[in-house]
Amino acid sequence: MALGKLFRTTVFKISLAYLAISAIGAGLVLGTVGWNMKHVIEEQVAQTIDTNIAGLSEQYAQGGIRRLVNIIQRRTRRPSAGLYLVTTPAGEPIAGNIASLPPDILEHTGFIETDYQPPGDTGGKHRALVRVFALDGGFHLLVGHDLEEGERLRHILGDALLTSLVWLVVIGTLGGLWVARRVLNRVDAINANAQAIVAGDLSGRLHLAGTGDELDRLVQNFNAMLERISILLAGLKEVSDDIAHDLKTPLTRLRGGVEQALRTAKSPEEYRGALEKALEESDRLIQIFDALLSIARAEAGAGREGMTEFDAGFVARDVGELYEPVAEERGVSLVISSGTGLTLHGSRELVGQAIANLVDNALKYGSPDAAKEARGPSLSPSPGAATVELSARRSGGAIEVIVADHGPGIAENDRQRVLNRFVRLENARSRPGSGLGLSLAAAVARLHNGSLQLEDNEPGLRVVIRLPAAPVRREPEVPLALPSPEKVA
Amino acid sequence: MSFMRILIVEDDSEAANYMVKAFRESGHVADHVGDGLEGYARACAETYDVLIVDRMLPKIDGLSVIGSLRAQNIQTPVLILSALGQVDDRVKGLRAGGDDYLAKPYAFSELLARVEVLARRNRPGLGEDTVYRVNGLELDRLAHKLTRDGKDIPLQPREFRLLEYLMKHAGHVVTRTMLLENVWDYHFDPQTNVIDVHISRLRAKIDKGFDPPLLQTIRGAGYMIRDGAR
Repeated sequence: MALGKLFRTTVFKISLAYLAISAIGAGLVLGTVGWNMKHVIEEQVAQTIDTNIAGLSEQYAQGGIRRLVNIIQRRTRRPSAGLYLVTTPAGEPIAGNIASLPPDILEHTGFIETDYQPPGDTGGKHRALVRVFALDGGFHLLVGHDLEEGERLRHILGDALLTSLVWLVVIGTLGGLWVARRVLNRVDAINANAQAIVAGDLSGRLHLAGTGDELDRLVQNFNAMLERISILLAGLKEVSDDIAHDLKTPLTRLRGGVEQALRTAKSPEEYRGALEKALEESDRLIQIFDALLSIARAEAGAGREGMTEFDAGFVARDVGELYEPVAEERGVSLVISSGTGLTLHGSRELVGQAIANLVDNALKYGSPDAAKEARGPSLSPSPGAATVELSARRSGGAIEVIVADHGPGIAENDRQRVLNRFVRLENARSRPGSGLGLSLAAAVARLHNGSLQLEDNEPGLRVVIRLPAAPVRREPEVPLALPSPEKVA
Repeated sequence: MSFMRILIVEDDSEAANYMVKAFRESGHVADHVGDGLEGYARACAETYDVLIVDRMLPKIDGLSVIGSLRAQNIQTPVLILSALGQVDDRVKGLRAGGDDYLAKPYAFSELLARVEVLARRNRPGLGEDTVYRVNGLELDRLAHKLTRDGKDIPLQPREFRLLEYLMKHAGHVVTRTMLLENVWDYHFDPQTNVIDVHISRLRAKIDKGFDPPLLQTIRGAGYMIRDGAR
């Protein structure tokens, strides 16, 4: 496998970033430890020096310079002793174990860090912390402590830091490569799989590793996407089949009518009649076309940009009122009821059309006459059943618009089918209609992220459009007042 | 009825010829140009009562033509003709400065009725009266009252708006879709003859028991309120 490809993977880059972060972390920890150690050691050294100076100056006060020199000579003979130096007021050394010092150290009293050279050691200079104390009589007493040990400790720590960093980088890089390779292998497998599906059979699906990790979830989503594409493609095919059938039928009629008129018509009246029929037929075709386009648009999600907030209750009442005279003419009583504050975000026009289609259907097929026709003449029509109810209400986070009739209803196994384009059930075939009304209503519901359901109204059909309500705004509720002349009536 | 000067901007010359002929038969004068650029030039140079503009045109598209005209402060009413007839297309067209929108294919009677309404829009005084009167039928828009020959006729709010629209355009044909659009504010096709039923209800209220009948059905076109006696 090409290493360059491995280096370019996201996983490897992430490992590198982690590596850098842990290196900085390790450096910080070791650095802090080292600095603290140095601090503690120096503090201890200073304390020791202070105690020594206190003791020695006391000895000097009691026994003079001679006693001091004696003590110092005795102490400096012991191994790993401190550093001592006694000088005359002129700076000549009298006793001690320091061979040379930088000049004018003795001028500063107090603590100072300096280089010095021990006697007999011609090697490098050592580092020491010293304190110079001025004794009565002009003598200088210097007490100090070699810092080489601390320095050595710091070196050890520094080395440790470096070594661990090297190991960190080595192990981190290798680990990163290993992890990247593992992930890359799976991604490559998914890619190969996906390419095979794209190039060949869209019904294929990506394989799950079964680990339930994020890659598996990605694969699941890819599969869901493929599923959706297949459904859309199937839909497209279905639409073209539908169009072929249901548009060609009226086109054939249209053509046949014109052809026959040309062949057999003799009087202007006959021609006129044929032309009028042709016009009627083409108007029907236009209607079907418009309905198909509306469905296709709604299913493709067009018209989302034109969506506004509106009250579904108002629209339901509006549409109800539009159809009320038609209902009356047919001897059906249309009962309209709606709650308040049923705010939706969507297309008022499309939702209105969907409701209109449902009411239209209910009035056409939902009357007891239709029930009688469907069940045969033996059943007497139940009196008072000629009612269609149109209602809008809130149900949890959704708004439901319900159109219910007391007609023959739709058998359970037909309910899904009837939502498809151009599907017309047996008892509807004799009546005008294109079989697109319910499909459009369902497409509108889906466009609004809602659903359309057909239910049994016992007896009759109950169509429920369920649409998500618009998020409630914190505004004082406006009392029921329409900007229409309703209040004057 | 006074005649109108109409400019048709349409690249399909056969469709445009039908229109020109049909407008002439209806007693109007119609000119035709085939592309957006020429349409814009003609609309700038001459005075028309209404422009009929196709949306998809060679050189400059229809909506841009309208936009440019409006930018030049030429306020001639424009009817947009388009094969794109869905809700959002209509909204876009009207936003671009169109005054009305008609989807292809259309019935000529529909086009004529709409163009007549548009042409009258720019004539002063129209629709501003507070009382509409047609032969003894009197509609008071402010008081929301309707009387015929002095007798009160109670109307439902929607019936009132329906009659108001018809009387505003008294003497002119109003189509079913125009009524649905202007009285109900819907643009879809309500399969069943809902408008006809509303009209016959209204007719029963304002014409029954009175003479002459004022609310007339114009076959193949729509409806008209007209002083039918003379």
